[in-house]
Amino acid sequence: MAISETGVVQSERRWALAMAVVSVIFLTAILYAAIAQHLSPPSNVELIDPATIHVSGEFAEDNLGTRLEPEGGVVIRLVTTQFSFVPSCVVVPQDAPVTFRVVSPDVIHGIMVVGTNVNTMIVPGYISRVRTRFAEAGEKLMPCHEFCGLGHSQMIAKVRVVPVNEFKPDADGRAHCAEP
Amino acid sequence: MPSLSRLILAHLWTAFAAFGGAIILGLWQMWVRSPFAAPLSSSENYFISVTAHGSAMGYVLTTFFIMGFGYFVAETALKRPVPFPQLAWAAFYAGIAGVVLVVATVISGQATVLFTFYPPLTASPWFYVGLVLVVASSWVWCVLMLVAMGQWKRENPGKSVPLAMFATAANAVLWLWTTIGVAAEIVFVVLPAAFGVTDTVDVGLTRTLFSWTLHAIVYFWLLPAYIAFYTMAPQKAGGRLYSDTMARISFVSFLIYGLPVGLHHLFMDPHPPSGFKTVQMVFTVLVAVPTLLTVFTVCASMETAGRLRGGQGLLGWVGALPWKEPMVLATGLSFSMLWFGGFGGLINMSYGMNAMIHNTSWVTAHFHMIFGGSVVIMYFAIAYEIWPKLTGRKTPSVALQRVQLWSWAIGMMILSLPWHVLGLFGQWRRVAQFDYSDPNIAWWSPWMAASLLGGAILVVSAALFICNIARFHIDDKKLQAETEPMRYAVSLHPGTAAPAALNGFSLWNVLVLVLMTAAYAVPIAHSFVVKPPQAQVHRVNGQ
Repeated sequence: MAISETGVVQSERRWALAMAVVSVIFLTAILYAAIAQHLSPPSNVELIDPATIHVSGEFAEDNLGTRLEPEGGVVIRLVTTQFSFVPSCVVVPQDAPVTFRVVSPDVIHGIMVVGTNVNTMIVPGYISRVRTRFAEAGEKLMPCHEFCGLGHSQMIAKVRVVPVNEFKPDADGRAHCAEP
Repeated sequence: MPSLSRLILAHLWTAFAAFGGAIILGLWQMWVRSPFAAPLSSSENYFISVTAHGSAMGYVLTTFFIMGFGYFVAETALKRPVPFPQLAWAAFYAGIAGVVLVVATVISGQATVLFTFYPPLTASPWFYVGLVLVVASSWVWCVLMLVAMGQWKRENPGKSVPLAMFATAANAVLWLWTTIGVAAEIVFVVLPAAFGVTDTVDVGLTRTLFSWTLHAIVYFWLLPAYIAFYTMAPQKAGGRLYSDTMARISFVSFLIYGLPVGLHHLFMDPHPPSGFKTVQMVFTVLVAVPTLLTVFTVCASMETAGRLRGGQGLLGWVGALPWKEPMVLATGLSFSMLWFGGFGGLINMSYGMNAMIHNTSWVTAHFHMIFGGSVVIMYFAIAYEIWPKLTGRKTPSVALQRVQLWSWAIGMMILSLPWHVLGLFGQWRRVAQFDYSDPNIAWWSPWMAASLLGGAILVVSAALFICNIARFHIDDKKLQAETEPMRYAVSLHPGTAAPAALNGFSLWNVLVLVLMTAAYAVPIAHSFVVKPPQAQVHRVNGQ
């Protein structure tokens, strides 16, 4: 089998062109999803001092959990800390836009809500924010997915998704997981 | 026998000793995570084990293998002595001292920070000092590789550097660029914290700096496999390298596009400016290109071999290949795993889809398939190829080498396919034990059991590998033989010299500098501009 040097170069050009087309298709699909369908990673440069998170303001203890904000919209505020979530269970309305705002007073943590696309790192110094909408009702696991120390494996919380008519915030707009 | 045989064997045995220990830890970790009760199971032991497994596989196996193989290539491809062998030995001992420090601090529980550190978690300073020594010894290797190539070029003006050496030097250049990020992180942030000079760290900055290293490091690990694909497999199959130029373009592409992509590891982080996540995502698509080119050139090279051996028709050449040759078999198995691993990688790098699998077992599955599968199987094949040359002995049993390669590939598939499935359904990472009584988790049991079986097969395969190479050292008169000199594949059209740009790295270094500045200047400067509040150091060694 004799293939000339020009033959080699020609075949390579054809392949390289085909692969360029494949790469452009990938890129187009990803950019289309990002721009048209708003499937983008959770970037959010909003600072917070890890040392004073608990003291006052947005992430003071009595302000944590789910809240129907006065201006509308449901916000879930969480503190992830070695080795627990505060609070360890949150209730959210089904099929409504919700926003997670999560901070860490100590080390790096990460959260995901299993079976959904809710996923973010929690970096001390920054407020992580994820916007989502839960399609199905039910109880979902929300573990810490980033190594944060020897107790990492035990760090796990729950998200309880309830139909909108069962989502009953109190006068202040707050909703809590009913026991158990 | 290469004059540096002892030096090369010292490196390779260090690499494979670390590998042998680490794989047993890996199996134990799978056992602990499985539904079955494991001995010595505790959180502390688990994370000691994960740190040891990751550091041994990611830093020791790779770095020492690549250095040893590089010295071998420099001597056999350039057909001249490697410069400054005493310096190479000094670097080797420095690296060994580093490994001892790492092992001591990890085993004593002073460094449960995994091999990716996670500041503000802070280990014993001697853990990081050990890693710095390993990296510093690899820098000496990089310089020796570049000096060897430079000396050869001066002695052979107008000639192309042999491909195997060009690729090895490309890896040295890549590694020097790659380690800048982690070196800056350790020297300026982590070590001052570990020694107690500082009490707080800028966590976002450490993550950005580490991401600089985190992706290109896998190309450092990968390139020896590609060197084998291009220069060894076609030769063992009885064919020619389809195109020397295309091979050089692939290696240069890894150097250029392998670096400005690390932020894709931080897609889910809040702090990197989102525009730069997009920029680096685009480069990540481009870094698929050299692999796609390699698939073509290597398949075309193998086709020339198959047809020279009488293979007919569209695919008849595949059956005509000498699959009994370990190098040819390993290349086939490696390519098969590359499909799965590459597919997983496309999901990971997808800006939107990453949220579905970030920090799940999908990612663990991806890098075990790509690195543990596609790459390490080629480390085995390279070892089988060069051990006879290093020891002056015949191969004791080629059949056992084939059994070992097959069992490795099968074990890796059984290990990592369940992880892909579980990861897709949200099994999160870095967890010592799962609560299988939870109905959300109970269905994982059979998948975890399957992957545990895969791990067991891998341990058996690894033991067989160690036996296969150890047998070269057993004094057996029947095995003594005149070894043939190392031969690398000749290209289909030799004679033509590579263009000057593809015979050195000056142009490509300038391009890397431009791209890295474009990709990283702002994300790094960002931390100094927004001045995020710092996090308190958390010492894991309880001091």
